[in-house]
Amino acid sequence: MTTTRVSTRALLTRRRLAVPLVLALGLAACGGDDDADEPAAADEPAGDAADEPAGEPADMGDTAECAADEVDGDLALYNWSEYMDPDLISAFEEQYGVTVTEDFYDSNEAMQPIIAAGGSGYDVIVPSDYMVSILIEGGDIMPLNKDAIPNYSNLLPEFESGLPYDPDGAYVAPYQWGSTGLGVNLGALGDDFPRSWGLIFDPDIRAEYGLDGKVSLLNDPRETMGAALKYLGYSLNTTDEAELQEAQDLLRDTVGALAAFDSDSYDENIGNETTLVGHGYSGNFFAQFIDSDNPDNWDYFMPEEGGTQWVDNMAVVADAPHPCTAHAFINFILDGDNGAALSNWNYYASPNEASQPMIDEAVKPFLDKATAGVDPEKIEFIRDTGDFEINFSDAFTAARG
Amino acid sequence: MSSSANPRGVTRFLLAGNGGLVLLFLYAPIILLVIFSFSGAKDPGVWGGFTFDWYRDLADDDRVQNAIGISVRVAIFSTIIATVLGTMAALALERFTFRGKKVFDALLYLPIIIPDVTMAVMMLLFFTRAFDLIDAMFGTRFAKGFWTVVVSHVAFNIAFVSVVVRARIAGMDSTLEQAAGDLYANRWQAFRHVTLPLIMPGVLGGALLALTLSLDDVVVTQFVSGPGSTTLPVYVFGLIRRDVTPLINAVSVVMLVASLVLVVASLAAQRASEGRRRRDLAIPGEEPS
Repeated sequence: MTTTRVSTRALLTRRRLAVPLVLALGLAACGGDDDADEPAAADEPAGDAADEPAGEPADMGDTAECAADEVDGDLALYNWSEYMDPDLISAFEEQYGVTVTEDFYDSNEAMQPIIAAGGSGYDVIVPSDYMVSILIEGGDIMPLNKDAIPNYSNLLPEFESGLPYDPDGAYVAPYQWGSTGLGVNLGALGDDFPRSWGLIFDPDIRAEYGLDGKVSLLNDPRETMGAALKYLGYSLNTTDEAELQEAQDLLRDTVGALAAFDSDSYDENIGNETTLVGHGYSGNFFAQFIDSDNPDNWDYFMPEEGGTQWVDNMAVVADAPHPCTAHAFINFILDGDNGAALSNWNYYASPNEASQPMIDEAVKPFLDKATAGVDPEKIEFIRDTGDFEINFSDAFTAARG
Repeated sequence: MSSSANPRGVTRFLLAGNGGLVLLFLYAPIILLVIFSFSGAKDPGVWGGFTFDWYRDLADDDRVQNAIGISVRVAIFSTIIATVLGTMAALALERFTFRGKKVFDALLYLPIIIPDVTMAVMMLLFFTRAFDLIDAMFGTRFAKGFWTVVVSHVAFNIAFVSVVVRARIAGMDSTLEQAAGDLYANRWQAFRHVTLPLIMPGVLGGALLALTLSLDDVVVTQFVSGPGSTTLPVYVFGLIRRDVTPLINAVSVVMLVASLVLVVASLAAQRASEGRRRRDLAIPGEEPS
């Protein structure tokens, strides 16, 4: 099916309501669990009986003893909806003689408790950046056996290592990536306008381009407070209450000029000109623009003050029933041709260097816009700020009024 | 029952208006949903000319069909099991006194009261720990999947079925069962030929409710499912977060038609059995309440 396009980031919209409860109950239940009391030894030697796939859940630190292209059974893949090209699944099944069962989740928060509880039966999951940190900390995903993933070296250098949530690329292989920024209607704004968060936050710029009531912000505490923080020149992962207060005041002064706080239909709204500038996720905008009658009428950019980058990653579940097939699958997706097929199917940018030449002409120019022209120093991943997280929600709620 | 006054004038007009508004409130969104499932535009809510494309997409989409198949099978299994168990629980509570009855009564309704998400997390932890235990004791590893979803649906559906059935039993004349006893029916015969036919509308109503709840459930299902058990609502929920297209309308219309057929069938079945029951029992004037 090619009618719907992925827009992962919409899902990153953190649906927080269930999380504290889940964590509380999860912790309560895990309190008496022997496994949980064991110290997490990241460099525990591998190769003992725990490698038996059907046996006890592997301790954190055990990887799988697999050779490249080795399979040990059918694959259970747990992925975002509409994120995997069905043709790639068929190709993998044919090439390796296994069956792939794909199940779907709609947010990192929906997937995490199921994996963390153990015994999920899944082999490969696709968590986003900040969720990778949480899963590593919980010992829920196993380190990758790079010998079984020769294609890992196909990744672009910046994705192969140095990602803040997995600096050595020990646990995950990047799957697709994108950014959060602004989609604009060039027909209304012309070619010469400031590529800045000021389009939303600066009253003078809004007045000059007739944007009052024609802009939308995401309905998401981290992303939207983050945009205001970036405009003010701060880190979007700040834990400084004064900075956050300043961002809150700025947002409160902006509320009157907004068409909506909207995380679900900002892409459609910019398409039908309800809004002229929209805050949202790169992939959604690309899908909207590429599939429209006149792709040149729109543009997407990350404002010059910087913004959010995100990466979704493939990981092998710590107690995966078929870790070798899981490694073979990750290796398969990291193949240059397959990575390109994936981006051509879902319009998300590929972290795969070998894939870049094979990405469609109609798609490639858009994918390159995700972080183009922005000082890399100013681009940030959303990080889990722990106890400070609630301050973002509170500031956002207070500013919305 | 048949002595209700005939409303006149303004009252009549207001009542009719009220009825109309209620129907509009209930059905306007559904009618819109049906209409836009035939829209050619990619954005839902924008009319783009008449088309069957979304239904064709639906027919071609293995993942949606697979999800529908799983949903239907889960619903059928969980409904049958929950209806039997729920009816048994209702009979026990209404017909017998036993130690701990009050506690059992209160506990039975817990699934109706507690939030979905709590139930879901409890189920998830229960299955995980239970399977760990079984693994440790017998060396057999069970995995979450189709049957854990069925069991979880049974768990919340028992409560709903028993509420509906109990209401029916409470409105039933217990002297009928005593009369059956006086006429030398043993307990089973009295149940089979008197009690069960009398409570059948309640049992069917409970079953229908269970079926609907099972087809609807997202939260519990998502937590207890394993590889290969993504149901339709879970799948659709994922789609919506990404990009709403009329494909979702088409899926909903198919589900809607299926539910309508089900409701009509159950009403027809109830009427038929009602007629049969009257003939069999020959109790003139027995009104279903």
